[in-house]
This record gives sequence, C-alpha cells and structure tokens, in this order.
Amino acid sequence: MINVHYFANIRETLGVAREQVPLPQPATVSGLIDALVAQHGNSWHSLLKETRVLVAVNQTVVPITAAVKQGDEVAFFPPVTGG
Amino acid sequence: MDTNIRIQHEDFSIQEETDWLRTQGGDAGAVVTFTGLVRGDENGRGIRALFLEHYAGMTESSLRAIVDEAAGRWPLLGVVIIHRIGELLPGAHIVFVGVSSAHRAASFSACDFLMDYLKTRAPFWKKCLFDDSSHWVTAKESDAEASKRW
Repeated sequence: MINVHYFANIRETLGVAREQVPLPQPATVSGLIDALVAQHGNSWHSLLKETRVLVAVNQTVVPITAAVKQGDEVAFFPPVTGG
Repeated sequence: MDTNIRIQHEDFSIQEETDWLRTQGGDAGAVVTFTGLVRGDENGRGIRALFLEHYAGMTESSLRAIVDEAAGRWPLLGVVIIHRIGELLPGAHIVFVGVSSAHRAASFSACDFLMDYLKTRAPFWKKCLFDDSSHWVTAKESDAEASKRW
C-alpha cells in the first residue's frame, strides 16, 4: 500500500486528507496518479496533473517520473505560501 | 551553533527568544530578528483571519535543512525559527526568525536568507478567511525571485 497525503486547496477540493491505495510494482508517481484517477474519477486528473502541483515522496520533493515503492508516503500540495 | 525550530499554535515572546539568542553558542555581538505579522487587508478587502496549514514532519525537516544551509554560509552562534499554525487574527505574530553571531553582517544576511528560503521551500500554506468566503493564497513570483538572490 501507498500512504497518500493531500494538503491545502488540493485536500479541500478532493475532500480527502489522506488515504491508503494499492499500487502494482514497479511504479512511479505518474502511475500512482493514474491509479488515483481510475479510483476516484476524472475530476482528479486535472487537479493532480496540474503543472504547479508539487509531489513529495517520503517528504522529499520529486519529479513525477520518480519511483514509488510499497509503504512510501506520497504527498500532493500546491506551491508553498508560508512566512 | 544552537538551533531552536518550533511549529506551534501558541503565540511567542520576542523578548524571550531574543534573550535565548544572546546566551547561545559563545560571545554574541549581534542579534537580528524578524517577526512576521498577519495583515488585516487582502487586496483592499478586510480579512477576518488567516488559516495556516503545514506538513508535519516535512516542514520541520525542511526548516532544519534551511538552517543548515545558512550555517554553512555564515558564522552563526544561534538560530531560532518559530512558525505558528492554525487560525490567526489580524495583527497576530505569524513567524519569527532570529539569528545571533559575533558581528552584525552575518546575522543580517542570515536572517534575510532564512526568511526568503522559508517562504519558498518550507511546506506551509495560508488561507484567507473573510466573513462570507475564503480562498487559498497563491505563491508569489516576487518571493521566488527573492530566494534566487542567494
């Protein structure tokens, strides 16, 4: 299983803060997004594939070509606005 | 170098943090601090509050990485970073960055650097809450430009 976290406007729009999803191996972030869209519907595609969305695997920002392994924590969030 | 990184709902005391900085890591000759406040106005519209969200774990580790980067560039004696989360009213403290060093140039530069990097690299998100609506703040190009100075 993959532990997926959503933050800020993405969390609110999807209506989910975190979930566990199965993902056949080997896999990438891009493959995980495809699996999430297949599970939840096409409305998730535009949100998660939006160019400004950042993806972190195990709390490090990565490109969507990065590998995702069993047990990984994957987070989707918009550009940061703290301070 | 001593560091104190905190993410908290509670307010903080600028005086207590400054007192801590002046006693850390040796013979400090300079303490520079920055305090960010919640502004009550968003594009001419009065806000009721700001809501601050973070990514527990990643936010702390990214702040530690930013502090390590600063410590590699300047001879620092102490660093404090405090960022508040949750709902904050106009005028409230939102962020504190304090730096101490033997001489002022290192503290001024490091404080400026830490804020620029915090604003563009640490996972925090702001939402403006109005009486009848709300919206998430979008990232500013000017903040990204500022962080490229370093």
